[in-house]
Amino acid sequence: MTPVISPFSLFFASIFTSNILLANFLGMCSFISISKDMKSSNGLGLAVVVVLTVTTGVNWAVLHLILIPLGLVYLRFIVFIIVIAAVVQMLEMIIDRVSQTLYMSLGIFLPLITVNCAILGVSLFMEIRNYSFIQSIIFGLGSGLGWWLAIMLLSAMRKKIEKAPVPAGLQGSGITMITIGFMAMAFMGFSGMLQVQ
Amino acid sequence: MNAAYFIAPAAIATISAVLAALISITDSIVNNYGDVVININDGSKELDVKGGANMLVTLAETGIFIPSACGGRGSCGECKVKVTSDIGPHLPTEIPYLSKEQLSENVRLSCQVKLKTDVAIEVPEYLFKVQQYDGVVESIKDVTHDIKEVYVKLSDGAEVDFRAGQYGQIEVPPYGKIRERTQRAYSMASVPADTTHLGFLIRLVPGGIVTTYVHEHMHEGEKMKVIAPFGEFFVRETDAAMICVAGGSGMAPFRSIFYDRIAKGKMEERDIWYFFGARTEKDLFYLDELKKMEEEHECFHFIAALSEPEEGSGWSGETGLITEVLDKYLKEIVPSDQPKEGYLCGSPGMLDACMAVMRNHEMQDEKIYFDKFA
Repeated sequence: MTPVISPFSLFFASIFTSNILLANFLGMCSFISISKDMKSSNGLGLAVVVVLTVTTGVNWAVLHLILIPLGLVYLRFIVFIIVIAAVVQMLEMIIDRVSQTLYMSLGIFLPLITVNCAILGVSLFMEIRNYSFIQSIIFGLGSGLGWWLAIMLLSAMRKKIEKAPVPAGLQGSGITMITIGFMAMAFMGFSGMLQVQ
Repeated sequence: MNAAYFIAPAAIATISAVLAALISITDSIVNNYGDVVININDGSKELDVKGGANMLVTLAETGIFIPSACGGRGSCGECKVKVTSDIGPHLPTEIPYLSKEQLSENVRLSCQVKLKTDVAIEVPEYLFKVQQYDGVVESIKDVTHDIKEVYVKLSDGAEVDFRAGQYGQIEVPPYGKIRERTQRAYSMASVPADTTHLGFLIRLVPGGIVTTYVHEHMHEGEKMKVIAPFGEFFVRETDAAMICVAGGSGMAPFRSIFYDRIAKGKMEERDIWYFFGARTEKDLFYLDELKKMEEEHECFHFIAALSEPEEGSGWSGETGLITEVLDKYLKEIVPSDQPKEGYLCGSPGMLDACMAVMRNHEMQDEKIYFDKFA
């Protein structure tokens, strides 16, 4: 059954209350490693938005047109991954052709996020929660924006932390993890407003 | 057998096949940049090539080999080319390998630059002569405990034209844990007049991929690829005295240079001082050849210096670091009123130290030519 939820609520929830990064802790590795640099964070965030929206849509079609009719839903993990890899590959070629500026700021990060668990995670949530096509696109876009928001916030904070007297043992990843913990708590404050599962 | 068993593999195979087909269709449509023109050195050469691939590979296909040690993976930073037309900003993958000056002159790593439009580039003229040669290892000889002399005979009657002092890139096959073909650069030790052979001196570097292969696996009769000739380390034709300094396998270019000058009858034209530094007697080689050369040619002076001669070995030559010996000769023996040019080949540490000595003796930087081991 397709859940009854207004498109706006779903969009809002996937950005804030069920932020893919801070509520589900998906896509952590690139989140931590790239957030050192604000410019790269921005490019990567943008790439995640594009890839999430596109792959969730494509995976919805693959799931509903191929896997469900053939009774092969148990193959979703492997199929989703193949689809994501192929879509990212094509996106990279197209962006490279269409705009050099866009390629410089976003395209070079595309291969990085093929293996990002947030991308696969969103496709799997889409399947578990039985979203319709429109809902899937909204959920993908919202999750991407949420991821982008989170990495921009974190990289801004890390800029500040660079100048802060962090104890030697906590420098680098240590203090970053603690910061992410606080961010997650702050975002949980939103969860009373709206829930999606 | 239940037909359902076959649905899953068939579905996966079909999906993969469709995606692969989509990718290759996108590749042929989107990645098809048509034909582009590469304008080299302000119109001195124009190439019509197919766009879409990187510049390094495209140039190599047309027979212009830009030096590259990693084979286009963007990890060596060797394949630099100056681009004079606008092809967009530097990629993040290029920037770590370029100096500020190179960035402002729009020097690019040719393996990272994709050919999408017509470009104008500048490459040194000598690169036009560079070719890939197939050859066979004709001889491998130990010249010291850790240096081997390798001679490659070119196959199919090919002939190579190089200037004494230049280098070539030799390629060795995968072996042991090394899974890829690997190229490294070595100076030619053979004489240019011998156009059917290329000779190299290869010193064993612990952990070195190519040197280990040459020392432990290479055998006579083995096929081998050499890309040559590269480099601008050759003798400038002036009257100045040549102050040559080498260590270890840095002997190679000088051996080629001296025999080349003898063959061309130029050995008596100018003074040549050849300093060769080594630790002990067992690191010395070609000693008899060079001593004979010194006897036969009045202008040629050969000075071997040992930093740690073994006691009781009866070493009668110079002792001390090559820098000390060089300093002593420049101060006391080499006529100081003569113009001089420096030629150096060896490890970076040795080269820098010797260049400092040369500067102290008022030799100008632009008159010091060197070939530094990377």
